[in-house]
Amino acid sequence: MAILTRADGVPEWRRRTPRADLLVWAGWFGAVALTLLCFQFISDRTIWAFVWDAPTQGADLIARMFPPRWSYASQLWKPLLDTINMATIGTALAIVIGVPLAFLAAHNTTPSRAFVRPAVLFIIVASRSINSLIWALILVIILGPGLLAGILSIALRSVGFIAKLLYEAIEEIDPTQVEAVTATGASRPQVLGWSIVPQIMPAFAGISVFRWDINIREATVLGLVGAGGIGMQMQASINVLAWPQVTMIFILILGTVLVSEWLSARVRHAVI
Amino acid sequence: MLLTIEGLTKRYPTGDLALDKVDLAVPAGQVMALIGPSGAGKSTLIRCVNRLVEPSSGRVMLDGIELTSLGSGALRRARRKMGMIFQEYALVERLTVMENVLSGRLGYVGFWASWFRRFPRKDVEEAFRLLDRVGLAHMADKRADALSGGQRQRVGIVRALMQDPKLLLVDEPTASLDPKTSRQIMRLIVELCAERGLAAIINIHDVALAQQFAKRIVGLRAGRIVFDGTAEALGADQLTAIYGEEDWSQTIRKADEEEEESAEVVA
Repeated sequence: MAILTRADGVPEWRRRTPRADLLVWAGWFGAVALTLLCFQFISDRTIWAFVWDAPTQGADLIARMFPPRWSYASQLWKPLLDTINMATIGTALAIVIGVPLAFLAAHNTTPSRAFVRPAVLFIIVASRSINSLIWALILVIILGPGLLAGILSIALRSVGFIAKLLYEAIEEIDPTQVEAVTATGASRPQVLGWSIVPQIMPAFAGISVFRWDINIREATVLGLVGAGGIGMQMQASINVLAWPQVTMIFILILGTVLVSEWLSARVRHAVI
Repeated sequence: MLLTIEGLTKRYPTGDLALDKVDLAVPAGQVMALIGPSGAGKSTLIRCVNRLVEPSSGRVMLDGIELTSLGSGALRRARRKMGMIFQEYALVERLTVMENVLSGRLGYVGFWASWFRRFPRKDVEEAFRLLDRVGLAHMADKRADALSGGQRQRVGIVRALMQDPKLLLVDEPTASLDPKTSRQIMRLIVELCAERGLAAIINIHDVALAQQFAKRIVGLRAGRIVFDGTAEALGADQLTAIYGEEDWSQTIRKADEEEEESAEVVA
């Protein structure tokens, strides 16, 4: 903000000083120049012949994918059920571990801001920084292929997600409600149960179904690395170039995700 | 004396001295108004009594028990005898009216009993009786956030009474209410104190309301008591001592008129 004095003595207001204006324009110019430079770099390293060819290749692949092999669905119901179970049990496990972590991490409920909080925050960051697929890769090596590796990899990734969003919700509660319940002579667990838990219930329900919804989608790909579910079928079909079967799997995944989306929207609506 | 405060001092970590060696005694059954400008330490004073705020030094005695030296378990038992009423009602918004009222009994029941909402029968009966007394029996099953401001404050009062307290700590009970509801709420608090022989410390901004409903008025300025006397003794000079220089003639006259009005209503 700049207030200048004109020649006739009347004060004038501008959003920025002339110097700041110049800097902003220079910044924009630099950003555009950098974008063009980067594009040239990428362009030099692209084999454009393949890209010009892409529409033909794409059309060819799609032609081989259709029509979907409907009869293949009979073999997919069990892996699909496995996928949904993996997501659901993994989410449940993550809630059981993540909720206590959230209370240990939130600065208004943690037993120790100096030791417990930083330690729990580290656990949360560690869990969040590794994708489910990577967790699955590691766990398949340790536990062997199968559903257990899938469930645990989903749970390990979700613990951090649930704990982080929930501890943020705990930190945003109205402190006077906590004060009021404390003033009645309630014990610490009672204060937790009677003033903090009611306040975070909508957030808790929203976070849990949102994560479950994400986990359904993530569970569909975990099979690619051997962690069970419909992803294993997908990899098997891709390996033998059975594209109509892949299409069938896509259709089932799309349907499942649509249903989970609808269900989580309903739950969030009901709890608020 | 029910409540004795001796040399109570509170210095916040920021360095602000909120209370400076306050001495105050409240006998059983006395309703006392605490007035003073914003930041004078009114809220801090009543929060130091039930130790929602830890005093820096000084002693607070309730009914012969020194509150300032209690451990956490004994403090919780002592808090049951001090009901607190808040400015923004401080109800747990997502719980029902009945749950909010019963939360006044949390100090008397165990964790699991309270978690599963299994309160002793006489507590529930008392809750219904008190809700009926303040005219909210039909709202027992409503969620607290469905109530109007005046109704919420009534629930806040009932919650405090459920504790079976000897002292009420009341923090700006009318600051969020319209003038008519403010008077109704103040009247209710004073009536209930008389019915049950409770003492009360009422923090209040509105000088006219304080004069109308409290016999004794204590003025706080910058953490020190600068006035302690009857409502009648509070005049322009005393208000200047509490709040600073201002034309007080209107304020005082208004209070007098209101007293006349209420006298007429009684007559």
